[in-house]
Amino acid sequence: MDGSDPNAARKAWMSMLAKSPATLLAQLWGAFVPPQHSVLRAPEIGGVMVRGRAGAVGAAFNLGEMTVTRASIKLSDGTVGHGYVQGRDKAQALTAALIDAMMQTDVAPRVQAEILTPLGNAMDQMKSTRAAKAAATKVDFFTMVRGED
Amino acid sequence: MYVAVKGGERAIDNAHAWLAEERRGDSAVAELSVPQIREQLALAVNRVMAEGSLYDPDLAALAIKQSRGDLIEAIFLIRAYRTTLPRLGASLPVETEQMSCDRRVSATFKDAPGGQILGPTFDYTHRLLDFKLAADGEVPQAAQTTGREEQTPHIMSFLDREDLIQVEGEGADVPDDLTRAPMELPASRALRLQALTRGDEGFILGMAYSTQRGHARNHAFVAELRIGAVPVEMDIPELGFAIEIGEVTLTECETVNQFKGSKTEPPQFTRGYGLVFGMTERKAISMALVDRALRWAELGEDNVGAPAQDEEFVLYHCDNIQATGFLEHIKLPHYVDFQSELELIRKLRREATALQQVAE
Repeated sequence: MDGSDPNAARKAWMSMLAKSPATLLAQLWGAFVPPQHSVLRAPEIGGVMVRGRAGAVGAAFNLGEMTVTRASIKLSDGTVGHGYVQGRDKAQALTAALIDAMMQTDVAPRVQAEILTPLGNAMDQMKSTRAAKAAATKVDFFTMVRGED
Repeated sequence: MYVAVKGGERAIDNAHAWLAEERRGDSAVAELSVPQIREQLALAVNRVMAEGSLYDPDLAALAIKQSRGDLIEAIFLIRAYRTTLPRLGASLPVETEQMSCDRRVSATFKDAPGGQILGPTFDYTHRLLDFKLAADGEVPQAAQTTGREEQTPHIMSFLDREDLIQVEGEGADVPDDLTRAPMELPASRALRLQALTRGDEGFILGMAYSTQRGHARNHAFVAELRIGAVPVEMDIPELGFAIEIGEVTLTECETVNQFKGSKTEPPQFTRGYGLVFGMTERKAISMALVDRALRWAELGEDNVGAPAQDEEFVLYHCDNIQATGFLEHIKLPHYVDFQSELELIRKLRREATALQQVAE
């Protein structure tokens, strides 16, 4: 994406956490001892109105809602972390908020290596497996030999 | 005189207990789990999410279990749950160009860039019952080849380059929302699309079919039908930038429609649009046809009086929860209303009999 965007890295990890499979994230997180923190916003389940565009390119319209859970925490050093995850898993939202905060501190390399990288790899793998199955159903047209010589 | 009556609590409690028992069915048969419904009845789950207007496969699966497979009842449960959720915000409009396509076909261009991807479709099956499914059968593995990594362009963009397709206009920054304010007519296209995407599949299908049979015929071709996952992005106020908050599977249908031109528009192709939660292909195609029929006024077409052109008729009758609520309420006690009707008929009968006797 845009290399000049100072928020690009944070945006990327928050987006990945939002879409992550809850069980996989919980598994990877399991090895970590959560740092000292206070909860700024207890996990809250809500709805987000998803919008589309008429004709894919025109005026916006409301397509329907999706469930989202959010939470915010503050580490003892004052770093604030926000978690937004799809669905209704409160533990996942808290974990996402903690990871968001830790990624802004010195432990970032370890969190990146032990959680975000394997999480991203697993999600990429799922996505590419689907793409590979779709590709196998691509039609190869061929023209029959014509009779008119 | 009407005397207030009570009673029925015990009967209701017992009815609910029996309902729970019937829902479970024969206890010698293994109970269905919610994940089983989510994974194995995915198209029912998709329909409940689309018409319940809430994307959450686990909740939709739970609703299907609770409703014993009555999908309109399940949609009702989801709509009721939806109203309890605080609204955290609205997403940026999803970019369907970014879709990871499980399926993508065009009925208008054979050699469309990106190709024709059939996906896990029922098309080309023989519609013969497969008795292997009744036994515990092994599932064959889906084949894989190198997947596409780049985005798949919309077919419509090729027609757009030649200026042969009607241009989609800009709309309000914040589109009308029928979950927030009562629908008013004439409705904006945004409002129409919202009503159609959550409308009853059977109703929208019937309306779309009526246009094909000649009621406001608009000669639709499916320029493109695509199904796949799309990221959902939202601005997060506390961050000051947007992040992806999830990913939804959508079905999008774009039709091109023959158009000879009108008082206001040159000869060109016009377009209908369908976008629906989940893998909901029949609904998305239907939505596109009905959307196109409802656009007669802006395109300067004649209103030929067809039902599918009648915004009031379509939009006020497509919602199966409104419809079933009003329809089913007539089975509930109307003892007082009926008592007055009975009195009236008896009175009229007495008067008619008296008149007859006088005449004789």
